[in-house]
Amino acid sequence: MYDLEFIVGHLHYWLFIVLMMTGFYIVVSRGNLVKKIVGLNIFQTSVFMFYISMGKVDGGTAPIFPVDMKIDPATVYSNPVPHVLILTAIVVGVATTALGLALIVRIREDFGTIEEEEILKIKRKITAEENRDHGAGMGGSA
Amino acid sequence: MRHHLILRVVTKLLAAPIMLFALYVQFHGDFSPGGGFQAGVIFAVAFILFGIVFGLDKVQQVFPTWIVHRLMALGALIYGGTGVVTMLLGKAYLDYSALAHHPEHGQHYGIFAVELGVGVTVSAVMISVYYAFAGRPPRISDEEW
Amino acid sequence: MASDATHAAMSLHDHLPLLQVVVPMLAAPVCGIIGSRRLSWPLAFAASLTASIISVFLLLDTLDGSIISYHIGGWAPPLGIEYRIDAANAFVLFLVSIISSVVLLYARTYVGEVISASKHVLFYACYLLCLSGLLGVAATGDAFNTFVFLEISSLSTYVLIALGAERDKRALTSAFDYLVMGTIGATFFVIGIGFLYMATGTLNMVDISERIADMPDNRTVRAAFAFIVVGMGLKVAIYPLHLWLPGAYTHAPSVVTAFLAATSTKVAVYVLLRFMFSVFQPGFVFETYTLEFIILPFAILAMFAASIVAAFQTNLKRLLAYSSIAQIGYMLLGISMISKTGLTATVIHLFNHGITKGTLFMAVGAYVLQTGNSFFDRLEGLGKSMPWTSAAFVVGGLSLIGVPGTAGFISKWVLVQAALEKGWWVVALLIVASSLLAVIYVWKAVEVLYMRELPEGSTHVEAPLSLLVPMWMLAIASIYFGIDTSLTLSAAQTAAENLFLGL
Repeated sequence: MYDLEFIVGHLHYWLFIVLMMTGFYIVVSRGNLVKKIVGLNIFQTSVFMFYISMGKVDGGTAPIFPVDMKIDPATVYSNPVPHVLILTAIVVGVATTALGLALIVRIREDFGTIEEEEILKIKRKITAEENRDHGAGMGGSA
Repeated sequence: MRHHLILRVVTKLLAAPIMLFALYVQFHGDFSPGGGFQAGVIFAVAFILFGIVFGLDKVQQVFPTWIVHRLMALGALIYGGTGVVTMLLGKAYLDYSALAHHPEHGQHYGIFAVELGVGVTVSAVMISVYYAFAGRPPRISDEEW
Repeated sequence: MASDATHAAMSLHDHLPLLQVVVPMLAAPVCGIIGSRRLSWPLAFAASLTASIISVFLLLDTLDGSIISYHIGGWAPPLGIEYRIDAANAFVLFLVSIISSVVLLYARTYVGEVISASKHVLFYACYLLCLSGLLGVAATGDAFNTFVFLEISSLSTYVLIALGAERDKRALTSAFDYLVMGTIGATFFVIGIGFLYMATGTLNMVDISERIADMPDNRTVRAAFAFIVVGMGLKVAIYPLHLWLPGAYTHAPSVVTAFLAATSTKVAVYVLLRFMFSVFQPGFVFETYTLEFIILPFAILAMFAASIVAAFQTNLKRLLAYSSIAQIGYMLLGISMISKTGLTATVIHLFNHGITKGTLFMAVGAYVLQTGNSFFDRLEGLGKSMPWTSAAFVVGGLSLIGVPGTAGFISKWVLVQAALEKGWWVVALLIVASSLLAVIYVWKAVEVLYMRELPEGSTHVEAPLSLLVPMWMLAIASIYFGIDTSLTLSAAQTAAENLFLGL
């Protein structure tokens, strides 16, 4: 079952996995928030590709009926449903990206940086101040 | 900005055909590839191009922010409203066959209205994304990055 | 209605499943078009109230175990998108829309005080979108539609959380973290649906479940299941996947936290239930893949670890956020028992915890509004200067612990019963033990509120009536549903029966 034909025959899945892991790795490993969003985009794009490849039917043509509606029963059409689904998912992806970038702009304005480590440093400083101001009496951490 | 003469002339020439092409894609969407999404983006491109070359102030004189925001909501309402109309006509939500005597014509009208809503919203959203990012007063100068 | 039409026209009653989602969804753009600060609250409230009334009708229609199906665009399932309401959906719809209406009552004053005037229209539009997204997730019977509504609610949630940045800039990073994790979760979910579509060629949940019943050993279906559970697990905040929750709940405006804590994770739990029991059948999930051995330890871990972390917080809001993670553990525990009683416990805890946490976060919001923040040292002695808010907090706290006479007791009682039914003595004892941890952290707050002296020169006064009324509506509800359980218990039982049969 795990022969060469199996591996080559599922080539698009391998590509999809590589792309997905690339995106995921960028999200996890990069400290720059913009790079995180780029990684997230690659991650989502891999899923779009996965769906689109799913709709492919061997020898299928574009699923558009001729204007005179004379359909040859021998014609094989590709499956249009995954494409339509992914159109929706792309819109969701665009909205997520726009929102993420908008948040980054605001973070940059308020924190003065978009590097995660520096943001963490600032957050830790705020937390330490809170602990000093509010935490002493309760013996816990804010 | 005076020195980008070629860009300015080409932009002026291109803006109108881009919009025209957007309308073509929009109205051919129900029987050939195309439709509201593509048309909306193409339509927005005309304004974004204009804004990039001539500056944000100029494009906002043509298309003020408050109109863009209203149009975003209006497009969604056209879509949803089509469904409400079919509902008032006694069929299921978004059952276009309620819109005309012949179901096929009903489908035609329904898809037309819905795609119009999609187109309006998409172009308004694209322009507003551009406005939002380009119009942010830079509190920190670029040199500090 | 076109009464003269020749075809059988659908009546308003037939349209209820759809109107449930569409009314708030269309109210959002109307809010945006009018763009008036004064009109957006009445509009939002009217839409939410309409949704609540519809949900009551739907609940009454489905309590006998019947199922309502609505075909969007007149396209019959499995090809078209179907809205499918049974007792489980209707119960969740009821919870979400009722909580939303009560929170909106509270929001009028709170938003006016806390969020700058230019953003009010945006707030109510986002709130309505979030509401319609959550209602849509609960109402739909189409797998991909679930994803779309999930993203509608998530995207508006990120915006609502980021609105907390006016008081604390850490709201921005919390919203960003949630955005990254939420998107990864939703993408996993959509990969899972893609695998299901590959294996079955359909997106309708009923149709999927019929088709995968014949292919229990299909690896595509197994992969789909893994992706869906992990993806939804991020949204539910199952214990090791909960990292977005404390920050998001702490830094969001309290009115948003009250709404999210009471509804958003609950809807995600519902989706998990729907996929585990209706789409993948319980036999597949538990007997073939023995999932209870994964869910059970994580549930118990959540109950203890999150409760212990909660007990060490100095910020009341953050404490309650950790307690939410612990409470989600109880719901998962009910799922892992794979029995009708266990599922009843999950469904009823979903509802009872929703109203309880709603009360508590509303009380915290009142403290934040009157004192500036919710650290314990600011709350000292407030039991005297803010008696009504503090009393509501105590009622919510008692319900959180599970004291008899409150809603929280009912759900824990059913949960313990389910554990004993299975013969899991240890688990039953652990449930009681973790309730003791809840006593610790609730007592910590009560001690600060009532046993400490008011600081010298404290000028804090009782919260305005517009905050107290909705707070007490939920507080009284959490007492009422602890005494009269006929509605909640029968709805939860019908829901559990339907789910358990895999309908």
